[in-house]
Amino acid sequence: MRSPRPTVLWLLFTLAACAWLGWSLARPRAAVFLPGPSSDGHHQIEAACHLCHTPFAGVAQEACLDCHAEELERAGDSHAAAVFSDPRNAADLAKLDVRLCVTCHMEHQPEITAAMGLTLPRDFCVHCHADIADERPTHMDFAPATCASGGCHNFHDNRNLHQDFLARHGAGGAATFEGSLPTGEAWIAVDLGERAPLSAVDADSPGNAAPELAEAWASSAHAASGIACSDCHGGGADWSDRPRRDVCASCHEAESTGFLAGRHGMRLAADLEPMSPADARLPMRPEAASRTLDCGACHEPHGVDVRVAAVDACLECHADDHSTAYAESPHADAWQAELSGEAAPGSGASCASCHLPRTETRLGGAPRIVVQHNQNDNLRPNEKMLRDVCMNCHSLAFSLDALADRELIRRNFRGQPARHVESVDMVPSLADGP
Amino acid sequence: MRLRTPFPPWTSRGVVSALTLAAVVILNGAVTACGGSTEATGSPGIPPEAMADAIHHVLESDRTVYARHVVNRLQDEEGVIAASEQWEDDRALPLPAQMFRMSAQLTAEKTDRVSYALLSPWPINSRNAPRTEAEEAGLESVAADPSKPFYGTETLGDTEYFTAVYADIAVSPACVTCHNAHADSPRDDFELGDTMGGVVVRIALD
Repeated sequence: MRSPRPTVLWLLFTLAACAWLGWSLARPRAAVFLPGPSSDGHHQIEAACHLCHTPFAGVAQEACLDCHAEELERAGDSHAAAVFSDPRNAADLAKLDVRLCVTCHMEHQPEITAAMGLTLPRDFCVHCHADIADERPTHMDFAPATCASGGCHNFHDNRNLHQDFLARHGAGGAATFEGSLPTGEAWIAVDLGERAPLSAVDADSPGNAAPELAEAWASSAHAASGIACSDCHGGGADWSDRPRRDVCASCHEAESTGFLAGRHGMRLAADLEPMSPADARLPMRPEAASRTLDCGACHEPHGVDVRVAAVDACLECHADDHSTAYAESPHADAWQAELSGEAAPGSGASCASCHLPRTETRLGGAPRIVVQHNQNDNLRPNEKMLRDVCMNCHSLAFSLDALADRELIRRNFRGQPARHVESVDMVPSLADGP
Repeated sequence: MRLRTPFPPWTSRGVVSALTLAAVVILNGAVTACGGSTEATGSPGIPPEAMADAIHHVLESDRTVYARHVVNRLQDEEGVIAASEQWEDDRALPLPAQMFRMSAQLTAEKTDRVSYALLSPWPINSRNAPRTEAEEAGLESVAADPSKPFYGTETLGDTEYFTAVYADIAVSPACVTCHNAHADSPRDDFELGDTMGGVVVRIALD
């Protein structure tokens, strides 16, 4: 019997390889096609190539903006693409086309990827600002690579770093004072109408429901607001033991939107399997590896004690130095004093106080409290948390120094800043004295 | 979350958006007439000088309306709300010059055929200093004779533009006071009626 010709074998191999690659591409997790590890910001969704890549057209700018446009607008983007669309910037754009995200943020290149996904050398500002010392002699001795590394400037978000803000908030004052963070119940956008508070006897769950669940519900904010079991679980034949996330979002829309925009919910936003601590790049507790992240991961769905979600829920998973140092931090002491009633509401600082802060906003002219559930919203760069968080209890100068001190952050702010951010000293009105 | 002003939207972004929309509608229609309708209508088209003049009339009128009937009325006459450079932090009205820049930015998001900018040899923000030869020549020209616009052409990137520069005159005490007092202003001796800079209008020619 004659052996198959090499050409036939080659064709069979090629067909098999194509079939395998095609099958892989059609699967939700097309990891085989990854050209390299993704940045920290995108690794959770790296197997969903279509989120960023357009077939045969590379990475479209719109793909970046689909997720990041709203945040950039809110940040008052200092380098917004529309600013540079004016043709007078053509010479600058020839050096660095900052209208395109991929100019500074390339993916799958871990060897050149720095914090915040930056893939340019850190002195990239010099391309357009080489003559900054002519305008501001105070900048004469600064190395170009330090513009964004010293707590002075960010490329996109300078809301808390611009000169007027420093001038208004930077002068003198105690490093720490008796302030308080926003308190109060989060605002629900949905009009629930007039509802009487409910108690345990009002539980309309099926007869086989665990009594401890009804008991927990009866003492919750849900029962106090007249939300019955069937409002979340469905009534009669529609009863579901595990309501979908959409049910939570139907009342807690702002919280859900924030959750889906952050590291905890971005996979769900992309229709992928929920994030799990096992897939995290930060150190996590081994016993939490099999958990998955949805609303119920942090909020016990019947008790709904937000104090649990503020610290305990975080530390059930997070095991990095900053997290494990929290218990010994001055923030934790203040939080415990607040919980025990020894200190005023808002005087303590939980994990959520900083990473999922209560923010005051104005909707329809009335002040409202909204809990930001995107844990990344005020990080990267961390100066984003100055205004809504730190400066409620600390001076601007102290806060800038603390946020620039990586070792102090690792110790969860136990101690004093060892760094000093000079920008406050450079503001003309402050340098010249009152 | 962004802080929302307690005042109705027409007092800030709403005004900017409405004025910008009006400007863009006019600009788009006019630019189309300027560049491409000869064959369909038999019209010879609008010379770029006339086109730039028309655009400048719209821009100048919009800013005057905003300054007079929004800022001046609500801040100085009725004391309803202040205008501030840090208008978001202060829950205040944007300054007229900021309104102008914001509308220029919105226009840039809609078209790359027309652009405009408010520039000065003495800018508060150095990014608003002249950067091209035409801008420098234009600002010098309107400073010497504010009544006469400067016209020229220039190639930026790979596109040829018709560039017009119009004098920007200090018509309100608020302009002079703010510029003279600002920490970043290179001049503190502006007087009412001085030429503080120029409005640069560009039209793509190819």
